[in-house]
Amino acid sequence: MEHTPPPFFVRGPAPLVRLAFFGSLSLALLVLDARFGYAEGIRSVLTLAAYPIQQAARLPVALVEGVSEYFSSQTRLRSENEMLRAKLLDASLDAERYEAAAAETTNLRRLIGAAERIERKSIPAEVLYAGRDPYARKVIINRGTQHGVQAGSAVVDDSGVIGQLTRAHAFVSEVTLLTDKGQPTPVQVLRNGLRAIAFGGGSSGQLELRYMSGNADVENGDELVTSGIDGTYPPGLPVATVIRVERDSSYTFARVVAQPIAGVERGRYALVLSPGARLPDYPEDESTRKAARSKRARKATTDGR
Amino acid sequence: MAADRSRHLLLPVRTGTIVASFVVALVLNFLPWPDVKLAPDFVALTLAFWCVHQPRRVGLGTGWLLGLLVDAGNGVLLGQHALAYSALAFGALALSRRILWFDTWGQALHVLLLLEGAKAVALGVRLAAGDAFPGWTLFAGPAVGALLWPAVVWLLLLPQRRPPALDEPRAR
Repeated sequence: MEHTPPPFFVRGPAPLVRLAFFGSLSLALLVLDARFGYAEGIRSVLTLAAYPIQQAARLPVALVEGVSEYFSSQTRLRSENEMLRAKLLDASLDAERYEAAAAETTNLRRLIGAAERIERKSIPAEVLYAGRDPYARKVIINRGTQHGVQAGSAVVDDSGVIGQLTRAHAFVSEVTLLTDKGQPTPVQVLRNGLRAIAFGGGSSGQLELRYMSGNADVENGDELVTSGIDGTYPPGLPVATVIRVERDSSYTFARVVAQPIAGVERGRYALVLSPGARLPDYPEDESTRKAARSKRARKATTDGR
Repeated sequence: MAADRSRHLLLPVRTGTIVASFVVALVLNFLPWPDVKLAPDFVALTLAFWCVHQPRRVGLGTGWLLGLLVDAGNGVLLGQHALAYSALAFGALALSRRILWFDTWGQALHVLLLLEGAKAVALGVRLAAGDAFPGWTLFAGPAVGALLWPAVVWLLLLPQRRPPALDEPRAR
């Protein structure tokens, strides 16, 4: 005869059953999220729920910063102020020169009939914290769709590109850094215009130019800037400096390693640049075009009958 | 035995205490840690504590919901922490009767096993999703967490302690 516990010992369904239930629920969510991307609705609700907690987590940091700022010496502030003034003067000179050049470029572009480059909106943001995920290189910034940022935007700091805004929530957004393993950035060598794709190197904090042929014209110290051909990043933003080139005739590709210029892993403030004009779709390749043509031809014959 | 004896002296736990402890743990988790691999997972630690001490009130459901919150807050795959915390809660529930018979460092050893197990589950999920292995330091965080276990036990049992004047503990 089976022994059943008295009712006051009953703890609901057996833990193993619960584990199976919650485990399969988690697995279903994982598959939905990773394979099909259907979980974005749930995610945005949960992110909203986590938002006040994230804000609370920022308080102690802000407090420490406030206190240390309060006690920072007068002289240091003065010297910093002077330095910033000098920098501003320099920058305003540059800005004037840039405006003149931009006006000239617009005129020239109009002359040759090229599409005018649209002015990008930039939204300043603050890095809240680095994503607590050792598998990816991400930071969370304090601007979301409520502030007008959108997924796909480039994120820069005062010296260059730090990454791309990959997921925009209501009040915060996730920025995938250049150094993330799955984050390709279209770049070109400033010296000769050679195009390449920089992939993140993961924990090394460096970038790697993949698929560069063994005799590609890349040297140590070459500066890499965004090429802008994908329409995501504006062209000409500094990305990285080449620090190592290994050419081995036994491999098809050269191994090119570059160090990011911007404070990818350290900066506190960033600028979100809204994506530029949508580029025309990539032209279809030969096989799909042929298929479409034959389908059209078949349709024409059936219609004619 | 020490832990078991002190249990008789405890006041019943308030739901507010449990909720507040989880909120504090989430805040600690979202702090900007310089090295995420070495930072202990406070939510996992708190979850393990409540599963061991209050197995009727905190269990897999709580762990699952907390996991989803952590997933969304960190921007990782939805379900990664949910799965890991469910497994952690299951292990803690299964071991809850046993763990309380050990002194705090003996408990910490059990908790180390649970935390490492949860980490391994998360690792498995990420590897299956196609991420690269981030290095063995990944398992240092749970070790730090287990070292914090005595402090966590002391802190979380504090609201349940009676004032010493009412109930003098027996001499050792």
